[in-house]
Amino acid sequence: MVNLIWVLLAAVGIIFAAFNGTMKEVNEAIFLTLDEAVMITISLAGVLVFWLGLMKIAEEAGLLRGLAAIFRPIVERIFPEIPKDDPAIGYILSNMTANMFGLGNAATPMGLKAMKEMKRLSGSDGASRSMITFLAINTSSLTLIPTTVIAIRMKYGSVDPTSIVGATITATIISTLAALMIDRFFYYRRMRVRKL
Amino acid sequence: MISIWFIPGIIFIVLAVATIKKVPAYEVFVEGSKEGIQIAVSLLPFLLGMMVSIAIFQASGAMGAILKVFEPLMTSIGVPEEILPLALIRPISGTAALSMTTELIRTFGPDSLIGQLASTMQGSTDTTLYIITVYFGAVGIKRMGDALKVGLLADLVGIIAAIVVVFILFS
Repeated sequence: MVNLIWVLLAAVGIIFAAFNGTMKEVNEAIFLTLDEAVMITISLAGVLVFWLGLMKIAEEAGLLRGLAAIFRPIVERIFPEIPKDDPAIGYILSNMTANMFGLGNAATPMGLKAMKEMKRLSGSDGASRSMITFLAINTSSLTLIPTTVIAIRMKYGSVDPTSIVGATITATIISTLAALMIDRFFYYRRMRVRKL
Repeated sequence: MISIWFIPGIIFIVLAVATIKKVPAYEVFVEGSKEGIQIAVSLLPFLLGMMVSIAIFQASGAMGAILKVFEPLMTSIGVPEEILPLALIRPISGTAALSMTTELIRTFGPDSLIGQLASTMQGSTDTTLYIITVYFGAVGIKRMGDALKVGLLADLVGIIAAIVVVFILFS
């Protein structure tokens, strides 16, 4: 499916540009994006190196196990495939916590590390059930404090920059619950197909 | 701003607990960090490939044309048409969505209905395509299963939820 989307976006874009007379813009966009992707990777590298180092300390010091212990009942239900005391749980929870507080910078490294741990558990190059659930939660966003949005609202002179926090939390809870339900639906559908 | 305390606070707690538990903090830090370089490098092809495709689609004007098709549908149920491009771009491109949100807030004011809608949408869903590309790319997952379907459907629910909640709270 990703192959199809990837090809379609580019191919449709190029055909559209041919008729629309925007080939020049497409050319510029391609080379601008190459630079941009490298820049993003480099800045991500800094963040990754720092947080994975810090999280390793947290793991060795037993902090991740502590975090996992507190949320065990919830996590067990959401990720039934992951063994109780696996470090994967600690990284999943760190990722979620960072997301909740709007620390996107810290959330990505922990999320990637969580994916690595889940891959170790599944040992295949296909997406495991836990991975799909984890991504569903991440893509629906978990933000409780949308720091970036609040900053933009302040900049443009909002009388109440944090007025949208309640709305954001409500919408986030709805979308995260929906993500979990949709994820379960597809999981049970996969199981049924496999049985037939 | 309380949020400026978070990150230094986390760093302090981790280092303090490590010292109490006699973990050789610096050595462990360096050991864990190394993995970061490896993840970042393996990420580049996935990220770059996806970004180029999206950029072509956007720059050609195809994205704009698709938005035009959906506009009457949205306005007919009372959603301001200005918000639609943001709703469609939010799952695809984080940077495009952020600049669109900023633009909407600047043009219509942060406290207008459009401003509130844009703010809530920006905060309550995330860039599905980016997350899936990066997370699966970093660990070399080739078969993604239902992940994309689940992510995009959840986005749809999230965007509808954002619109409904803002309408209830602010108008």
